Amino acid sequence: MRFVTIAVLLLPAALIAQTRDSCIQCHSSMDGEIQKPALLIKDDIHYANGLSCADCHGGDRTSDDPSVAMSPAKGFVGAPKRTAIPQFCARCHSDPNFMRRFKPQQRVDQFELYKTSVHGQRLAKGDENVATCIDCHSVHDIRAVKNPAAPVYPTHIPDTCGRCHADAQRMAKYGIPTDQLAQYRTSVHWADLKNGDLAAPTCASCHGNHGAKPPEVSSVAAVCGNCHVLFAQNYDKSVHAPIFSGAEGGGGCIVCHSNHGIHPPSTAMLAGPQAVCSKCHEPDTPGGKTAAEMAQWIDGLGAALNHSDAVLTQADQAGMEVSDAQEKLSDGREDLVKARLAMHLFEPEEMHKPIEAGMDVAAETLRAGQEALHEKNVRRIGLAISVFFIAVTVFAIWLLIRRLEVGGSGYIEPSSRNP
Amino acid sequence: MTAKAIQWLDDRLGLSTLRKLADHKTVPIHSATRWYYFGGIALFLLGIQVITGTLLLFYYRPTVAEGFDSVRFLMTRVEFGWLIRSIHSWSANLLIFVAFVHMFSVVFTHAYRPPRELTWASGIVLLGLMLGFGFSGYLLPWNQISYFATKVGTDVAGSTPLVGAAIARILRGGDDVGAATLTRFFALHVMVLPMITGAFALLHILLVQKNGMSTPPWVAESSVRQIKFFPNFFLRELMVWYGALAVLGALAAIFPWELGQKADLFASAPNGIRPEWYFLAQFYTLKLIPSHVWVFEGELLGIAGFGALAAAWALLPVWGVNRAGQARVKLVSGAAVVLAVYLAVFSLLGYYK
Repeated sequence: MRFVTIAVLLLPAALIAQTRDSCIQCHSSMDGEIQKPALLIKDDIHYANGLSCADCHGGDRTSDDPSVAMSPAKGFVGAPKRTAIPQFCARCHSDPNFMRRFKPQQRVDQFELYKTSVHGQRLAKGDENVATCIDCHSVHDIRAVKNPAAPVYPTHIPDTCGRCHADAQRMAKYGIPTDQLAQYRTSVHWADLKNGDLAAPTCASCHGNHGAKPPEVSSVAAVCGNCHVLFAQNYDKSVHAPIFSGAEGGGGCIVCHSNHGIHPPSTAMLAGPQAVCSKCHEPDTPGGKTAAEMAQWIDGLGAALNHSDAVLTQADQAGMEVSDAQEKLSDGREDLVKARLAMHLFEPEEMHKPIEAGMDVAAETLRAGQEALHEKNVRRIGLAISVFFIAVTVFAIWLLIRRLEVGGSGYIEPSSRNP
Repeated sequence: MTAKAIQWLDDRLGLSTLRKLADHKTVPIHSATRWYYFGGIALFLLGIQVITGTLLLFYYRPTVAEGFDSVRFLMTRVEFGWLIRSIHSWSANLLIFVAFVHMFSVVFTHAYRPPRELTWASGIVLLGLMLGFGFSGYLLPWNQISYFATKVGTDVAGSTPLVGAAIARILRGGDDVGAATLTRFFALHVMVLPMITGAFALLHILLVQKNGMSTPPWVAESSVRQIKFFPNFFLRELMVWYGALAVLGALAAIFPWELGQKADLFASAPNGIRPEWYFLAQFYTLKLIPSHVWVFEGELLGIAGFGALAAAWALLPVWGVNRAGQARVKLVSGAAVVLAVYLAVFSLLGYYK
């Protein structure tokens, strides 16, 4: 009984001892760089999962004596060397049994991938200038990837990579360009990402993250095709696929669309002064003429659909019910996408079917819009005629009342009423 | 031949009794006579609702899958379907507006005095039924706005003290607005409410015939001129009805009632979702009440307050007259002004904020 009493009395003290963290306590009270980790760790995903300084750096968190808390005998290893950081993180992150305790689906191949990356290969050769885990994920305030404040959250990835890759001084010794970030910021991908589309590609979507390296020439189409599946399939069947597969500086899609500064595609790429086709096909050659023809078809369908849309909107704003035609118009928009898709086969006859189907939709919906506008006018005329007849009827009733009430007929004076 | 036919009908239906009734019915002529027309306009609009509602029934299908498309089909493919639906919708709104005007005209002319207590009470029931028609009919096209407005509306009804949860469940036919809600709102709109409305409208009209037209307290009944109801007043009423018909036609032709987007149960509620104008004042009041007032839940307190206000208003013939049966003119007119200003201001605030 006495034992139980003592145990109960000591329980709170035991719990306090277990949860206290002398590393954070001491470092919080310090100044400068040595204080930072203790302040930053409050936002750290590891800390949120019950891990703390000693779980990475070793030592005894329960001791207030620095010589004990940071004693090698207690397993204290201190800060790892820069070249050792990936292995340092991998002690846990490559251990499926350990990671499963926190997140069963968590990948554990980051270190293996990192070793295949340009960063990993250079680090292995002793180049401390390359990115390690902490350069992208930060250190001591490491946040979950899904945390919008994390440097590896999709919207922050371009800046995170650009911190090194846009630094001309830092990249000078590697002889690689530093305008990727600036170019990316002009791209359609960045525009989408900026507008909150987290599925829009960032650097890591094409280059990989832990196994980051530039796509090989042969794999560019596969990289783009990850998202633009049908376009890549059509392109692979096209006459251009074998021709551009070995083009200098990367082939496939980027020959026409470029790589980092991918602008919204338009028919100006097919015909006109900015046409990419004209780089190889002179405008008066069969290839140039075909490109111009395809541009004309796409522009024609786009203009026809826009015209129908404008007429339907006008009818809609006039209060006419045209929602079924507006829904139908989306079929035409789909045909336009199909036509653009078929264009990547570079066979004009493949574009005929969607273009014709789209033009039929445009004509049908235009007719519906024009009929609705005509119907609106018919209603106004019908209203005017109805109001005229109503006015005539009201006037006739008024005349009837006047005739009925000649001489005060129909009125009963108070004096003539029965009491 | 015609005289014979009339005589034949008279022998069987007693038409001469009706004629005698019409011959004897008179309407007082004074400064507030114009307000008498509003009861007639409400009756006219109710008739329009019955006719157009019946025509809509030929095409409307009360299911989640077909409701919206059947209304769209009616509006785009059926000859004059757009007109029938637009008139039904506009007439419904005008009817509620006219019913409110009629109610306030009765209050300001103090026509609720004995012996017209039951006429007042049946009128209040009819106004409640009109609001019920509006609420149930709003959902039937099954569009985005009506779906979410009904969600909000049934949520509010669900906040009624004690019985709220049961009311919400009965209205929805489940935990949320869905297929069961649509079918039961349809049943309410085309069968239950019309039957009850028919009975109360008949009672209301019979009571008006029984007690005659009321004269305001400031008009000496013995010195007021009268006009024969038939044909003199009736023809004037007919002119007003034609005017109402022209207004309805103009609204339907120039501002056709829009259909909106088909309800998507998985979409998030559209911005600025709010109920129909006749529920806006209550809606805005509920928004202003804090979530907790002392120990009470704010919304619950608001609903209880509206219930108490409606009950007090229905009991106007009890507290609005003195022991001698005369109207408490200042008290009732003051209360009516406060109520009218509250409804107008809060409806406008609810619309614009």
